[in-house]
Amino acid sequence: MCGIAGFYGPTPATGEEARATLDRMIRTLHHRGPDGYGFHVGPGIGLAHARLSIIDLVSGEQPIHNERRNVWTVFNGEIFNYVELRATLERQGHHFYTQSDTEVIVHLYEQHGDAFVEHLNGQFAIALWDGERRRLLLARDRAGIRPLFYTRAGANLWFGSEIKSLLAVLPQCATLDPLGLVQTLTYWGPVDPDTLFKGVRSLPPGHLLAIAADGSETLSQYWDWTFPSTSKHTGTDGGRTHDSVEQATAELRALLIDAVRLQLRADVPVGAYLSGGLDSSGIVALIRSFTNTPVRTFSVAFDEAEFDESAQQSAMVHHLGTDHTTLHCSRRDIGEAFPQLIRHTEAPLLRTAAAPLMLLSRRVREEGYKVVLTGEGADEVFGGYDLFKEAKIRRFWARQPDSRFRPRLFERLYGYLEHSPVASAALAQSFFGKGMQHLDRPIFAHVPRWTTSQRALAFLSPELRASVGEWEPLAWYEQRLPSGIMAWSPLARDQYVEAKSLLAAYLLPAQGDRAAMANSVEGRFPYLDHRLIEFANRLPPHWKIRGLTEKYLLRRALAGLLPDDILKRTKQPYRAPDNPSFFFDGEPLDYVADLMSGARIRSAGYFDATTVGRLFDKCRRGRVIGFADNQAFVGILSTMLLDELFMRQRAA
Amino acid sequence: MSSEAAAIETKVRGYILENLLFSSDAAELPNDASLLERGVIDSTGVLEIILFLEGEFGIQVKASEMLPENFDSVNNMVRFVCRLQGVV
Repeated sequence: MCGIAGFYGPTPATGEEARATLDRMIRTLHHRGPDGYGFHVGPGIGLAHARLSIIDLVSGEQPIHNERRNVWTVFNGEIFNYVELRATLERQGHHFYTQSDTEVIVHLYEQHGDAFVEHLNGQFAIALWDGERRRLLLARDRAGIRPLFYTRAGANLWFGSEIKSLLAVLPQCATLDPLGLVQTLTYWGPVDPDTLFKGVRSLPPGHLLAIAADGSETLSQYWDWTFPSTSKHTGTDGGRTHDSVEQATAELRALLIDAVRLQLRADVPVGAYLSGGLDSSGIVALIRSFTNTPVRTFSVAFDEAEFDESAQQSAMVHHLGTDHTTLHCSRRDIGEAFPQLIRHTEAPLLRTAAAPLMLLSRRVREEGYKVVLTGEGADEVFGGYDLFKEAKIRRFWARQPDSRFRPRLFERLYGYLEHSPVASAALAQSFFGKGMQHLDRPIFAHVPRWTTSQRALAFLSPELRASVGEWEPLAWYEQRLPSGIMAWSPLARDQYVEAKSLLAAYLLPAQGDRAAMANSVEGRFPYLDHRLIEFANRLPPHWKIRGLTEKYLLRRALAGLLPDDILKRTKQPYRAPDNPSFFFDGEPLDYVADLMSGARIRSAGYFDATTVGRLFDKCRRGRVIGFADNQAFVGILSTMLLDELFMRQRAA
Repeated sequence: MSSEAAAIETKVRGYILENLLFSSDAAELPNDASLLERGVIDSTGVLEIILFLEGEFGIQVKASEMLPENFDSVNNMVRFVCRLQGVV
C-alpha cells in the first residue's frame, strides 16, 4: 500500500529538475506511504513512490525493475496471488531480486504484455514504464479499490494516487468542474473519468491506459462486472449453472475461505472491522475458523441508538473471542473531523459516514496495525441493499398495479430508520409509486435515490447551472452502461449500476481507500475478490434475494460460523449522524458558520446564497430530518470545504 | 374561504416555501399542485409537515390520517386542518 506519482513527457528537462518535481508530488502523498520514498528518473520519464511497508519489509522498496532494467514499475496496493505467480514465473526462467509482490508485475509484463493485468488477483493502481518501447502503462484494479488520477498538460502526462499530487505541479487544475459537481450531488460520486477538478481524469476500474512514444493514448477495458443474459439462466451456455443450491453454497464457502486466506498475506499483523452485521462478522468468522492468523477487531459505536450497533458487535466479539477495540464516536467528533476527511476524499460527500471510519483507522494505527479486512462489497456482490428489494417490490407491484397487497410489502423495508419513508403505507406507496414509467430502463431501481439526492441541485447558483447546460441525469447515466444490459435480469442491472455509482464512485474511495489511507492504514475487501464477483454474477437472482431475504446464498455459506441472530439479522446500513454533527445547541461549528455564510457562498459562486441560507437556518433549528435536506446540506458544506482546501489555495 | 381558513393557508404556504422549497417566490407553490408528484416532498417531507401542523395548529394526526389526500397539496392540508379544528 502506498502512493504513486509521476510523469511522461519532455518536462522537466533535466534529471535534477525531474527529481525535484517528483519529490514535490510524492510528498503530498506522505500519509499513504510514510515508510520512505523511491524514485526512478530517465529521459522523459519520472516515477515516484511513497511506501507503506506490508510485504517484504527488507527489500520491497520501489520502483522495481526487471532483469534488464528496461521495465520499471511503481504500484499502490497488493497482489494477493504473488506467491503463486512468482512460482510460475520462476519456472518460466524469470529471476527475482526481492521478496515483494511488486516484482511479479514487471516479469508478468515481460511474459504477457498488457494482458499481465488479467493474471493479478489484487487491489492495485500500477504505473509501468517500458523503456524499450518508450511506453507508459497505467492500470487499475477491477472493482476500483485503489485510485489513480491523471491529466495532460502540454506534451506531458501526469499521474498520481490522489489529485493533490497533481496540484503540486499543476495548480491550474484546482478549478471546480461543474459537471463533476452535479454528478456528485445526483449519483453520490463523480462518474469516471470525470472528477471535481477540471481536466483531471480518474482511470476507470478494470481499465488500462497506454501512452505511446508519440503521445497517443489508448484506453482499454480488461474486466467488467458482467451477468448472464436471462435466457441463459436455465441453459448451459454462457452463464454457468449449478446443479443445486447446496452445491453452490459449498462452492461459495470454498471461495470465501480462499479469498480470506489470500488477503491475510502480509508481513505485519492484520486487523478486521466488525460492524455487527453479517458481512464483517462473516469475514472475522472465516479467519477464526479456517486460518491460524490471530485477528484483532475494531468497531465504531455511536451515542444515537439509530446508528449504534454495539450490542451486535459485542455479541460477535463474545462469540469469536477476539481482542477488540471500540471507538466511541460523537457528533462533535464527526463535525470536527470533517474538513480533514474532505482533504482526503477530494470530492464532496452527501453523508458523513466516512468520518467515523477515518477516526477508526487512526485508532487502528495507534494500536500498531497497518492492515484491516472489512466486509465492504458483500451487499453489491450478493444483493444486500434495500434498494434492490425496493426495486423488486416496485417491479412486482407494476405487474398488478391495482393490487392492494403488493405495495404493502414496502412496509418490510427501512425498519432501521427513525423517520422511515414507510411509516405510513399510503405515503410509501405514493413515494415508491413514482418513477414507474421507467420500469423498462436500466436505471429504474436508482430513480428514487437519485430523485432524493438531486434535490440538492435546487441550491446551485444560476451561473453554475448555466455552465452545465442541458443535462438529463437518467439518460446521461444510461449512455455509459453496457449495451447488452437490458438482456440481464433486473437484479443484475440494479447491481451493475450500484457497483459503478455507489461502490466505485463513493464507498470505495470515501469510506474505503481515503478514510483508511488518511492514517496510513490499508483496507482489504475479501468480498471483492474478482473470483467471488464472477461467481456471484453467474448465480440466478433468486439465490441472492430469496423472497425479501437479502444475501440468501451468502447466509447459507456462512451458516454454522455465526450466531443465529447475526445470521438472520436484516441488513442495517452503516450510517452516522449527518447535519446534527455540525450544530450544537443551535450553534454551528466555527468553520461551518464561515463557509456557509452568505458572503462566502457568494464569493465561491457555486450555490445560491439565499436558498442555502434557508437550509442552514432549518438545520440550525434542528428541523432537518429527511435524507434530501441532510444530503443537500452535507453536499454543500463539503463542496465549500473543497473550495476552501483546494480551489482557494490556488487563488492565494 | 373564511378568514380562519385563509390564515391557515398563509401559515402553511409560508412554511412550505421557507422550509421545503427554500424559496420566497410564491409562484413556485400553486395551492393545488401535488407536492409528492413535483418532488417537493418525499415521505419524510410529509413527516416534517405533520410535525409542523401539529405544533402550529395544536392538532393530533392519527396514523390512519397519514394519507396523500390529506397532505399532498396546500389545499388538501388546509382542508384537513380546518376539519380537525372545526373551521368552516
